[in-house]
Amino acid sequence: MYSFEPTEEQQSIIDTVRDFAKTEMRPKSMEADEKDALPEGFLQKSWDLGLAVAAIPEAYGGSGIERSAITGALLAEELGYGDVAMGIATLVPALVAYPIVDYGTEEQKKKYLPLFTGSSFPKATAALVEPSMDFDATDLTTTARKRGSSYVISGKKCLVPLGSSAELFLVFAREGGAGFENVQAFIVPRGAKGLTVGEKEKNMGVKALDTVRLTLEDVEVPADARLGGDKGIDFEKIMSFSRIALSALAVGVSRAALDHSVTYAKERTAFGEAIGQRQAVAFMIADMALEVDATRVLVWEAAWHLDKGEKGTQETYLTKMYSDKIALKVTDNAVQVMGGHGYIRENPVEGWLRHARGFTTFDGMALV
Amino acid sequence: MIDFEHHPVVAQTAMMISQMAASMMRPVAREMDEHEHEDPVAYINFMYDVMKSGAGGAAATQFTGGSRKKDQDPNAPKKPGFGNVLGAVSIEMMSWGDAGIYLATPVAGLGGAAVAAAGTEEQKERFLKRFSEGEPKWGAMAITEPGCGSDSAAITATARRDGDDYVLDGVKIFVTSGKRAIKDSNGFVVVWATVDKSAGRAGIKSFVVEAGTPGMTLLGLEKKHGIRCSDTAQIVFENCRVPKENLLGSPEVDLNKGFKGVMATFDATRPAVAASAIGIGRAALEFVKEELDKAGVKLRYGINPHKLTARERDVMDMEANLKAAWLLTLKAAWMSDNKKHNNLEASICKAKAGLAVTQLTQKAVELMGPLGYSRDILLEKWMRDAKINDIFEGTQQINMLIIARRILGYGRDQLK
Repeated sequence: MYSFEPTEEQQSIIDTVRDFAKTEMRPKSMEADEKDALPEGFLQKSWDLGLAVAAIPEAYGGSGIERSAITGALLAEELGYGDVAMGIATLVPALVAYPIVDYGTEEQKKKYLPLFTGSSFPKATAALVEPSMDFDATDLTTTARKRGSSYVISGKKCLVPLGSSAELFLVFAREGGAGFENVQAFIVPRGAKGLTVGEKEKNMGVKALDTVRLTLEDVEVPADARLGGDKGIDFEKIMSFSRIALSALAVGVSRAALDHSVTYAKERTAFGEAIGQRQAVAFMIADMALEVDATRVLVWEAAWHLDKGEKGTQETYLTKMYSDKIALKVTDNAVQVMGGHGYIRENPVEGWLRHARGFTTFDGMALV
Repeated sequence: MIDFEHHPVVAQTAMMISQMAASMMRPVAREMDEHEHEDPVAYINFMYDVMKSGAGGAAATQFTGGSRKKDQDPNAPKKPGFGNVLGAVSIEMMSWGDAGIYLATPVAGLGGAAVAAAGTEEQKERFLKRFSEGEPKWGAMAITEPGCGSDSAAITATARRDGDDYVLDGVKIFVTSGKRAIKDSNGFVVVWATVDKSAGRAGIKSFVVEAGTPGMTLLGLEKKHGIRCSDTAQIVFENCRVPKENLLGSPEVDLNKGFKGVMATFDATRPAVAASAIGIGRAALEFVKEELDKAGVKLRYGINPHKLTARERDVMDMEANLKAAWLLTLKAAWMSDNKKHNNLEASICKAKAGLAVTQLTQKAVELMGPLGYSRDILLEKWMRDAKINDIFEGTQQINMLIIARRILGYGRDQLK
């Protein structure tokens, strides 16, 4: 029956992360952005929350909570509200762990999942985005070719989150022509011959998040590095879960911008009254509020399709396009509401605009 | 638990209404548009029979103001209802069939909603019972005047107490189903009038004026851009006398609340208007997608959005906006069903749906080129029908104002 009410368990996750955002993310977010680095010890603290990969089954040492895109969306929104760079960093373990849970062979699960059930932040990440304006997840330029009993991977990747310190990369590559069905994932260790991990990228936003480029020159990996063995992965579905995570992060940062605008518009006076008392400003804020709500229900509904076991491509794709646009619009409005002050880095809103601009690019950089 | 699966009763009713809309509304949609001020007789009689017999289920009860409640055991444990969600789904389906004909449905309508919200048990019995017997009837609401629209507190129609009666004087326009309520049937109009001009909005009260009451005259009907099957009446009240028992709510002029009770009706009716907009939007979107499909144009969900054609982008934009508006509407309705205050959400869904569907249908005409502009198909009509939802039951701007006040925590004196 129709309902817009999270379960008690989900509500407690929301409360936990909201509290974490308030104490560990928000107060440190602007400094982290200036320093191009996550706060000292942040990754471990985020790992201690125990939420990023909580759905690893108990049989493999995980917490075994029910895997749910809706729960993931609720989690990601709160993380995005705290800080997008830290939010993506928090979710990086899921980029590798969940595809292994969903598609890994028994051997792969036994070999790799213990990395994600220990007490320290796992050093593993995924590489999907490629440094080209024509980047298309359904038509990757990174290829994997069979050679004897091995695979040879060639291509370039960028925006690989937490790549500097990763020991393991899940590299997405194309095996045949264009299309979701020809994309497979390969587990590539850092020391693999032909793999070059580049310097930390210098991005417009999410500066605190370490992202790197990878160059793969005929990187040879054994056949069992192919995730899921002969069966492979359902990349279309992985992309759907990724879109939910990113859209929910976008809702989070949009909500942050809205809250900030409401507070500021009531404090700042001009011509003898608060600027929020003028329709020109008030209507911008009303529109922001409306669209944050609209995006959130789109995310929930699309996530609900995934939780029913559907591929959800159409739903998550429409949602992602919508949330990309709204995040940009709402954070831009938040800068506009503050006028010149919004442009100054002493206030957080310009940073949110820089983060929000990234969502059209952030394919496959988060997963729930 | 967050869930987007409808209750089986809602799903089943939706299916029934969808068949009815396809077989009884769509086939006469163009004819009713071209012959303004005529009646969709077969539809009216069919719907009235369905609702009278109760076969329309809770949907019918919803529209007639909920007289079903008296059959229920008052001691039964309270279950979360779904009447408002069911109402939204039903209206969406009917408006997919035809929004103008939907508005001509013989129901107590907005007038009935006012009686149900503010009336006593005795008033509900006296005014609403008629909708479950005899010939088709309509209820209507008269608020707008030639000199005031959104600013309904500026109403000039007066109600003067005289013995056991109130005497009404004034002119009302834009009364939906006004003619059918007072001329074609034994229905009624709920009229907003002031009992004390000096008290401002607190002085505004609503009165039930039954068909045939001396002093109430139908002055004429508007010729409209769209929803032409819906009659939009001008009604004059001259020395029109109604018993004091026809006043809805308290007769006292309470400066503290007064107006609020009347405005609360909008929390239920705005999602209904949003739902109607969305039904039209879905009709237009489905049509466009079918035509594109016939022409071999596939919508490539999943590829890099940069590679989409402008046409694909447009359709996907339409689709996402329509869905967002619909989910917001269902959220507002769900809140009503669960006794959550939804004043903000009612305005959010109305503002979003009104604008989204106006833009969607305008874009749909553009996308179909000369085909879309032709009166041979319904697309141009849907565009004309859609626009009203951006206007009535609070214009988009009034709803944005309400949203802004709520979000910023301002009263009407602080944010004008």
